Amino acid sequence: MILDSKEPKGPIEERWDKHRFDMKLVNPANKRKFKVIVVGSGLAGASAAATLGELGYNVSCFAYQDSPRRAHSIAAQGGINSAKNYPNDGDSVFRLFYDTVKGGDYRSRESNVYRLSQVSVNIIDQAVGQGVPFAREYGGLLTNRSFGGAQVSRTFYARGQTGQQLLLGAYQALARQIHAGKVEMHNRTEMLDLVLVNGHARGIITRNLVDGTITRHAADAVILATGGYSNVFYLSTNAMGCNVTAAFRAYKKGATFANPCYTQIHPTCIPVKGDYQSKLTLMSESLRNDGRVWVPKKVGDHRPPNSIPDEERDYYLERRYPSFGNLVPRDVASRNAKIVCDEGRGVGGGQAVYLDFRDAIARDGKDAVEAKYGNLFHMYHKITDEDPYSTPMRIYPAPHYTMGGLWVDYNLMSNVPGLHVLGEANFSDHGSNRLGASALMQGLADGYFVIPYTLGNYLATAKQEKVTTDHPEFVAAEAEVQGRIDKLLSNNGTATVDSYHRRLGRIMWEYCGMSRSDEGLRKAIVEISELRAEFWDNVSVTGSKGTFNSVLERAGRVADFLELGELMCRDALERAESCGGHFREESQTAEGEALRIDEQYSHVAAWEYQGEGTDPVRHTEDLEFEYVKLTQRSYK
Amino acid sequence: MNITLKVWRQDGPNSAGRLETYDAKDISEHMSFLEMIDVVNEQLEAAGTDPIAFDHDCREGICGMCSLQINGTPHGPERGTTTCQLHMRTFKDGETITIEPWRATAFPVVKDLVVDRTSFDRIIEAGGYISVNTGGPQDANAIPINKGDADEAFEYAACIGCGACVAACKNASASLFTAAKLSHLALLPQGQAERYERTSSMVAQMDLEGFGSCTNQYECEAACPKGISVQSIAHMNRDYIKASLTGR
Repeated sequence: MILDSKEPKGPIEERWDKHRFDMKLVNPANKRKFKVIVVGSGLAGASAAATLGELGYNVSCFAYQDSPRRAHSIAAQGGINSAKNYPNDGDSVFRLFYDTVKGGDYRSRESNVYRLSQVSVNIIDQAVGQGVPFAREYGGLLTNRSFGGAQVSRTFYARGQTGQQLLLGAYQALARQIHAGKVEMHNRTEMLDLVLVNGHARGIITRNLVDGTITRHAADAVILATGGYSNVFYLSTNAMGCNVTAAFRAYKKGATFANPCYTQIHPTCIPVKGDYQSKLTLMSESLRNDGRVWVPKKVGDHRPPNSIPDEERDYYLERRYPSFGNLVPRDVASRNAKIVCDEGRGVGGGQAVYLDFRDAIARDGKDAVEAKYGNLFHMYHKITDEDPYSTPMRIYPAPHYTMGGLWVDYNLMSNVPGLHVLGEANFSDHGSNRLGASALMQGLADGYFVIPYTLGNYLATAKQEKVTTDHPEFVAAEAEVQGRIDKLLSNNGTATVDSYHRRLGRIMWEYCGMSRSDEGLRKAIVEISELRAEFWDNVSVTGSKGTFNSVLERAGRVADFLELGELMCRDALERAESCGGHFREESQTAEGEALRIDEQYSHVAAWEYQGEGTDPVRHTEDLEFEYVKLTQRSYK
Repeated sequence: MNITLKVWRQDGPNSAGRLETYDAKDISEHMSFLEMIDVVNEQLEAAGTDPIAFDHDCREGICGMCSLQINGTPHGPERGTTTCQLHMRTFKDGETITIEPWRATAFPVVKDLVVDRTSFDRIIEAGGYISVNTGGPQDANAIPINKGDADEAFEYAACIGCGACVAACKNASASLFTAAKLSHLALLPQGQAERYERTSSMVAQMDLEGFGSCTNQYECEAACPKGISVQSIAHMNRDYIKASLTGR
């Protein structure tokens, strides 16, 4: 298989303009003759569905929640990047592009990232036009902040609820199209399979989560905007319902899955406290601006933190990275927390490090610290019942975002014609590490400003016959879905669905988390395959299929995670380099830092499913860098 | 700690419901309220019985999916907190906790503690937006907006659409929810063009859905996990009168 990125040629700043002109258009009067399916209603899905509805297409949009407004984009805190350069501090489209490619550790496609950077400017205009209440200066103009170590202030924000406000903007645009009759919304509905006719994506099979009805939906194109798969780790900062099922069903129907091992582990989350824990909570990384990270020097020092004198504390980030100190990027901070905990110096049960504000409070006063971080301290206090003003916070890294996803070309189309993938569900823009405030930017860029153009080109050129849901391919796909549900329900096992999910999470975290090795990954592949066999042999799925059945929902999702986990380990095994957030133990510098190997791995790895019992095939798309100079990152 | 739960179980919208009793044993006070239900549910599941159905998703207090009337109070006893952010240390060992779904005609029960809140979506669909197509707006800094207005608009825009305001109201009124969106958009210059039409349409839809009227008891504000102010209802009423008088 050849993975053709279909990138336009020529000067990078002209590529998107040229491409927009070269693409075929659908006549306004003909748009209403096309039907488009959008799965997911987060930033990417809602913005795509609303915009396609405005253009005149007939759209069906699907969400597993009870309303499109609840998609997990809503939980994003920090902000959204844009190359507006309102602060006049030296930002530009080119600089945002350069920073994003560099931050992604040179594993993303230049043309895509440049376009992302270009349309980032339009996103802010669009959001403000919709009434998104971004933070403002007293003069009434928009304000910006520097985020995630960026040297310019290009992040727009709405308190710590930027994701919520942007999602509500997109949701309201979507609501307007629902009212206009251009978008048909299907809430509490889950996509369980993709339907191909003559090799083109022509529909989906869904299950209504309230009454269990299985339905076939036919269309001229299918768009997946179904988010990421951090929940493969069981504990992550994702919402409880986030899952990989839609993307994984597409993979099993022939769409290649790119860089599945690229996951982002966020350094500042509240640590795990017990087996009952259902999810992890993120604390904004802005806390590292004033908090100092440390652990005791001695292994087994269980004294309360305030009784440990300074000379017996190891401020390990400041010690190892004197120039960046506590502000090293996410991946470096996360990995070092793991290292000290693996040495046995972790605190509060072993899997945590201190984030201490003692010195900031002594220097600036409690009031100043409260003014900056009051809401975060309050949240921490509420969850842990500990007062961070008097006792250091305990933090630990947690899975947060997945850069991997279905492979797409410059048009955001997968290798399956007609199947388009947007937002976190695709792999395209963040390389092996995503910068802060770039996820919201990418989701909205894809949905508002890229797919409305590229989808038209597909529809105008693909020229497929109309299909109806009585086509044999729909019948077969529905039978497959029914068979799978029946198999789960008739299993009569003894172990709960969550017990398997937890065990999978532990394997993934241990062997395919922050630090990976050849030996560990091989072990994980065997363990996951054994766990999967046990799941299908002994899982207990209660209830029936024709009702609201959360156990059945979770069982289907965990079954897919059990396959995805293995694919992630295979991908990690083949990529024997350290890049982005992925530390490969065999690939490090003499000082123990991550070592990227550009000669061997400057490519996208996309996996093609080969059927049950056969290993998937790894294809590659070479990455060429014409504009960005590859360097090894250093924070010493 | 050990807790006794009295939980509303109802098979479907048209079935009769009943309170059933469950023991939640060896609960850690550090668990969130929903993790406590997870533990009970996993025990029910392991015994081959149907777990308690409840809505939840982000568990960070922002998606608005979780609900629950806990001992008669929406989202439980702690102010400004969604159910997912409520912890068991708020309760006493040996306590009996009654858990019911939101009760409102416009929120029919789907199953157990799960209710249908699509009536909220239809209120937004009736006009809770600014009609701009993608690509249409001018530069974001072209219209300066007074910081005070922008900050106040944000306060109203922070609504998570959970429905606690309706559940707390003896009339099951959706006034706070509707007024929050109206006030958010009416405070901004971008929202002026459709201001009065928006007010009429959203209020009409709210009535059509079967929500009750506001009688100024302010239970909604007290129950709102995001602290949305009832001042929004005053803004809504003023704009509604103006809209009626001008025939918009």
